[in-house]
Amino acid sequence: MKKLLLAATAALALCGSAYADTIKVGVVGPFSGPFAIQGKNFKAGIDAWMALNGSKVGDDDIEIVYRDVPQADPAQSKALAQELVVKEGVQYLAGFYFTPDAMAVTPLLEQANVPLVVMNAATSAIVTKSPLVVRTSFTTWQTSVPMAKVAKERGVKKVITVVSDYGPGVDSENAFVTTFKAEGGEIAESVRMPLSTNDFSPIMQRVKDSGADAVFAFLPSGPTTLGFVKAYNDNGLKNAGITLLAPGDLTQESDLPALGASAEGMLTTFHYAISHDSAENKKFVEAAHKAIGNPAELSFPSVGAYDGMHVIYKMIEATGGKQDAQKAVDAVKGMAWESPRGPVSIDAESRHMTQNIYLREVTKAEDGTYYNKEIATFEKQPDPGLAAVK
Amino acid sequence: MQTVLSVGVDALAYGMVLFVISIGLSVTMGLMRVVNLAHGAFAMIGGYIASYAARDLGLGYGLAILIAVAGTILIAIPIERFLYRRIYGAPELTQVLMTIGITFCVIGIANYVFGPTLKTIPLPETLRGPVDLGFRSIAAHKLFAIACGVVVAGALWYLIERTSFGVKLRASVDNAAMAASLGVRTKIVYAVSFAVAVGLAAFGGIVGAELLPIEPYYALRYMVTFLVVVSVGGAGSIPGALLACLVLGAIDTTGRYLVPEYGEFFFYLAVIAIVCVFPRGLLGRNK
Repeated sequence: MKKLLLAATAALALCGSAYADTIKVGVVGPFSGPFAIQGKNFKAGIDAWMALNGSKVGDDDIEIVYRDVPQADPAQSKALAQELVVKEGVQYLAGFYFTPDAMAVTPLLEQANVPLVVMNAATSAIVTKSPLVVRTSFTTWQTSVPMAKVAKERGVKKVITVVSDYGPGVDSENAFVTTFKAEGGEIAESVRMPLSTNDFSPIMQRVKDSGADAVFAFLPSGPTTLGFVKAYNDNGLKNAGITLLAPGDLTQESDLPALGASAEGMLTTFHYAISHDSAENKKFVEAAHKAIGNPAELSFPSVGAYDGMHVIYKMIEATGGKQDAQKAVDAVKGMAWESPRGPVSIDAESRHMTQNIYLREVTKAEDGTYYNKEIATFEKQPDPGLAAVK
Repeated sequence: MQTVLSVGVDALAYGMVLFVISIGLSVTMGLMRVVNLAHGAFAMIGGYIASYAARDLGLGYGLAILIAVAGTILIAIPIERFLYRRIYGAPELTQVLMTIGITFCVIGIANYVFGPTLKTIPLPETLRGPVDLGFRSIAAHKLFAIACGVVVAGALWYLIERTSFGVKLRASVDNAAMAASLGVRTKIVYAVSFAVAVGLAAFGGIVGAELLPIEPYYALRYMVTFLVVVSVGGAGSIPGALLACLVLGAIDTTGRYLVPEYGEFFFYLAVIAIVCVFPRGLLGRNK
């Protein structure tokens, strides 16, 4: 009997250690549906990282388990995260394109002993919801604040803000208005428009009537930005000299072929442009292009995923493959490295990325395509949004 | 005053774009009694073909429209023959399930073949850029859309109300058995009207592409708006659809100008009010 028990214990122990040899990372994102392109970019970033850095950390194999949440759906996101933790036994959760999806998962982390690496969701408050959240993307505040400084520098006096009426849009409006007022600028009006707007002509009329010299806009990447930028041109705002300012969501690379000439000269501020000139980025873009198949589909979530994997590899290294969420998160606090987007670091207190924000101009390349050309750099920007929500 | 005129022009343009896209659905729903939720899918197919022809093959805009409309009808013929023919006269739930299934298949295929990125249809030089109306400038393609709407409305009205084909169509719809016994070949009448409806969907998809850009989820994204137009106007009524588009376009545009914060509140409030007062739509036919 004793022998049997011993054998059983030994077998169990063996199973246990054999199991730990494969470390699973659960990635939740929109892999089908209207936002599938962003999920595809998550996957491209992760694949690029693994192609360049191998699928092993020490002796442990890394396995990625994907789960699909096609649209912002907190309940489904939470259920899938639970399933990943309980059934798949993942040691790390990552991904999350939409803020509500990430928020829904934060209450699980402590009990599950699993860190969450947010690869996109851009609302400042997520990192405050659990000490086990690390974010490798950006926040809307982070990318919007520098634009207010650009506006001031360029001599813009009066601005009208026009944003889509949802979380990130409101964030963006607050960030711009607060900063621009602090710089001594004047806000003519702040318009919030419904997410489902198709025809932007009435909004453009509103902009014209406000008498502002510039319009600051935020819309989520995708079909609506095309209509917005076209309406800006068609209604004669461009010719009237009203400058269009926006965070880089409006000119993400995968939308640029469609925006084309109508976006030329548009100024945006963002954390990453695929055209970023560095050896690190060249390596990344090459691998990511291979991973995504069609180079025209590569866009900013890929770099968030790539750096997210970097952070996760570092966490696995620090814990030696053992499941210890707090130790893993502590290990990456203050971590600094050269990302494809430029020098970055994880702020020890907020666990959010401190990074350069670039001012870019949509420019025509020699081969007739359009790209975001970086023309100025705001170095080492922390997340100003956290101070604002506190 | 200038602003009022200006918003008015925007409202007219938006209403006409809505009309061109939705009128095909009004034909299938009102005249053929098929709840065709795949209407948006056909509009999207038209948009994709036009985009491919104009952007990738470099053909002219007019030619691209012709190819797209013809191509969409060609694609629709086998679909009509093998799928739609089974659901004529079937309960509405069956029709909804079948056509929503077709929509999802089309979305999947479009996503696979063309990818998830936005596709544009390059406009010819004459339709590009703003046109000065004196009190404001308006995009030339919007004027084009208004003109298209007027032409489509006139041509359809003439076809249905004034030609022998229109008589046969109305007869087949009201009483297929009686029409057939009088020598009307109802199957052909149905096939032709379906082709006309699909062709209009494709045409609308192309003309409206500047406002509603072509991407795989186009097929579902705007379907509710199309259905609203048809139910407010009265299914099958051309003047009704036109009136509905102009009224809804005006309410939507003015609402967005004055109080964008309310979103589509006024649009749907108007829809509720109209449907309460006119359960069959503004100019719907009694059964």
